Amino acid sequence: MTELSDMDISQNYFELFDIPVGFELDLSMLRRKYQELQKVTHPDRYASASEQERLLSVQKAALINDAFTTLKHPLSRAKYLLQLHGVNYDDEKNTIADGAFLMQQMELREAIASIPGTKDPYGAAAQVIEEIEKHMRGLYGFLQREFEVLIPGAPVEEMLDAIRKLQFFEKLRHEAELVESKLDD
Amino acid sequence: MALLQISEPGQSAAPHQHKLAAGIDLGTTNSLVASVRSGVAETLADSEGKHILPSVVHYASEGVIVGEIGLKHAVKDPLNTLSSIKRLMGRSANDLNSLGSQLPYEFVDESAGVPRIKTRRGDVSPIEVSAEILKVLKLRAEETLGGELSGVVITVPAYFDDAQRQATKDAARIAGLNLFRLLNEPTAAAVAYGLDKRNDGTIAIYDFGGGTFDISILRLNKGVFEVLATGGDSALGGDDFDRVIAQWIMGEAGIKEDASRSMMRRLMEESRRVKEALTENAQSEISIEQDEIKWAGVLTRDLLNELLAPLVRKTIAACRRTIRDAGIEKREVDEVVMVGGSTRVPLVRTLVGEFFECDPLVDIDPDKVVAIGASIQADVLAGNKPDNEMLLLDVIPLSLGIETMGGLVEHIIPRNTTIPVARAQEFTTFKDGQTALAVHVLQGERDLTEDCRSLARFELRGIPPMVAGSARIRVTYQVDADGLLSVSAREQTSGVESHIEVKPSYGLSENEIETMLRSSFDHAAQDMEMRKLREQQVEADREIEALKAALNDDGDELLSAEERTQIDKALDRLVQTRSGVDADAIKDAIENLEAVCVGYVSRRMNSNIKRALSGQKVDDVDI
Repeated sequence: MTELSDMDISQNYFELFDIPVGFELDLSMLRRKYQELQKVTHPDRYASASEQERLLSVQKAALINDAFTTLKHPLSRAKYLLQLHGVNYDDEKNTIADGAFLMQQMELREAIASIPGTKDPYGAAAQVIEEIEKHMRGLYGFLQREFEVLIPGAPVEEMLDAIRKLQFFEKLRHEAELVESKLDD
Repeated sequence: MALLQISEPGQSAAPHQHKLAAGIDLGTTNSLVASVRSGVAETLADSEGKHILPSVVHYASEGVIVGEIGLKHAVKDPLNTLSSIKRLMGRSANDLNSLGSQLPYEFVDESAGVPRIKTRRGDVSPIEVSAEILKVLKLRAEETLGGELSGVVITVPAYFDDAQRQATKDAARIAGLNLFRLLNEPTAAAVAYGLDKRNDGTIAIYDFGGGTFDISILRLNKGVFEVLATGGDSALGGDDFDRVIAQWIMGEAGIKEDASRSMMRRLMEESRRVKEALTENAQSEISIEQDEIKWAGVLTRDLLNELLAPLVRKTIAACRRTIRDAGIEKREVDEVVMVGGSTRVPLVRTLVGEFFECDPLVDIDPDKVVAIGASIQADVLAGNKPDNEMLLLDVIPLSLGIETMGGLVEHIIPRNTTIPVARAQEFTTFKDGQTALAVHVLQGERDLTEDCRSLARFELRGIPPMVAGSARIRVTYQVDADGLLSVSAREQTSGVESHIEVKPSYGLSENEIETMLRSSFDHAAQDMEMRKLREQQVEADREIEALKAALNDDGDELLSAEERTQIDKALDRLVQTRSGVDADAIKDAIENLEAVCVGYVSRRMNSNIKRALSGQKVDDVDI
């Protein structure tokens, strides 16, 4: 059984959960490993321990939560993987010069804005969201294939570009969902 | 591998000591306390066998009365009888404008800080009022369990923000409780439910109480309760149902908006009664006779449903959003558990069932399930179950952010992030030679600071003068398992550091808590008084009941008219004093009554013996 003090915080997130490094990942396995680790580190396990142990447990539980969240979502997992390979994704520089992509974004944005006015707004919202998710699946498929080849052979710039586009789509999907949830009010 | 423990000869290892622990559901309308006894989690009753303590605090001239008895004063003395106080927890005086017009209390005129309510026993804050309720539950638990509590778990709505949690924590401290943990109500319900059913899967907890609505989606797996997402409305509850009904009555009966406080109380009471009656019946009669208003009418369930539908639909919209936040599909929800008194309303059950396309579970008493879950967690945290695998992984309900240039909010920890959590972000100076940086901590989903809740402000000072943009200031947000935030800022190149526990700007200062704590040492005496009072009241009730039964039985036969008048007078005096709060006076009245009755009592004994003996031969009587 792992003890609080055994945990090596210099491990990368994949090592922390003892799962293979890669973009493709068994989510239920990740969740199981995560819960096993939390059973040892969570502050509730140290309710009557010393102040120092409690602090340590809060810090480690927080680290495990962070690791789990990062690996759970494919977008943050992709960024983290690139980072492990020495490629940093810079949020500040997320500009896209792809004209066709920008046009598509505008069209989707218009579609979202017109949802409340359509005859079947719920249906329209579902349609727009599905459209967005279709594009996202395509981009994730691309990342998946490239991560298999692995750096140094991988086209890093194109991968970063895909991540940027995914961020745009994430934001659009969020907006569509917001419009959809306002239909209830 | 663990080493085997070897005890000295003749000395065995200390036997595992069971620590007393309790779970407290501090509700808007009702509060409960529960504990695990001999392996069974159950709510604890007061001396009269009642489990539910109405969350009502009455400030009488002789003392503070909590619960049922306090409730009786609500209509007569609304200004000194505080109910639904949970709605004010963690609110600033400014926040009251949105709630205030509906609250029949007199607030001390203050624009900032903790709101204070005028009562005849002085101004009180919502935190102190809540502490009064907690004290009564503490006393009840310690009397029932026969010892001091090592600690408690108190539940809060999952949707409570940092300020509301901090206020609850402060109330526990003032009540003299050792708080193990604040636990989210839906999670507590899931614990009670999950351990009861012992099944794994995805469940939705639909918790609709007196003053708050919460929806949480959890995944249960071998003792681990992982909250995937939580949502809701911390200002929507069964009280709003009552208000909507009251407004309907006002419209029908022609009662104006500026009706008297006692009229408003009366209307709210009547509305609640009607709401409850309509869970069983198709229609209910209403009559209002007060302040020159005489009105009678009928409310049908159909019309009630129409009145309540907009409020219930709000909760369904929140369910939809929360399922999405959880990253699951609606059909993945295996079961829906109903918690809170408002889920007794048939329309709520119907609409929730329609939305989730399944029959909501109502088999655990929705009033008790939260307290029971909290007591199970308290038992584990007290260390009574060292082998227990149970683990609760909760989330923060609202995003935490920081103010950046132009009054914008940069979110540092998004909502529904599992706690505990720590996140850091780097900021820099924007002026040459800037030596201080103001940190403004905010909570909420919106982008503008004015639309978010301001939690705290502090300054990092002593930054060495540098060119604009070259300082590197790392701001770290850390949220502990209770969902409470602390923030620190550190300039990376110089190591200048600043740290605060986030005390909301309208929370209590450490000084105020100290003062209240000190006054609660005086309370220790007051608690004893309270206990003494309760004992005398029980004694008085016993005497009154026994005497009335006896008088009924043979009072006419054994007493002269004069004797009877005397006894009746003494009895009246006891009945009067009993409803007060002076224990010594009750004791006196009991003694007085006993003295007056001495003759009667001995005559009764004789007559009873005679009666017992009559018809029997002397030989048969074995004396």
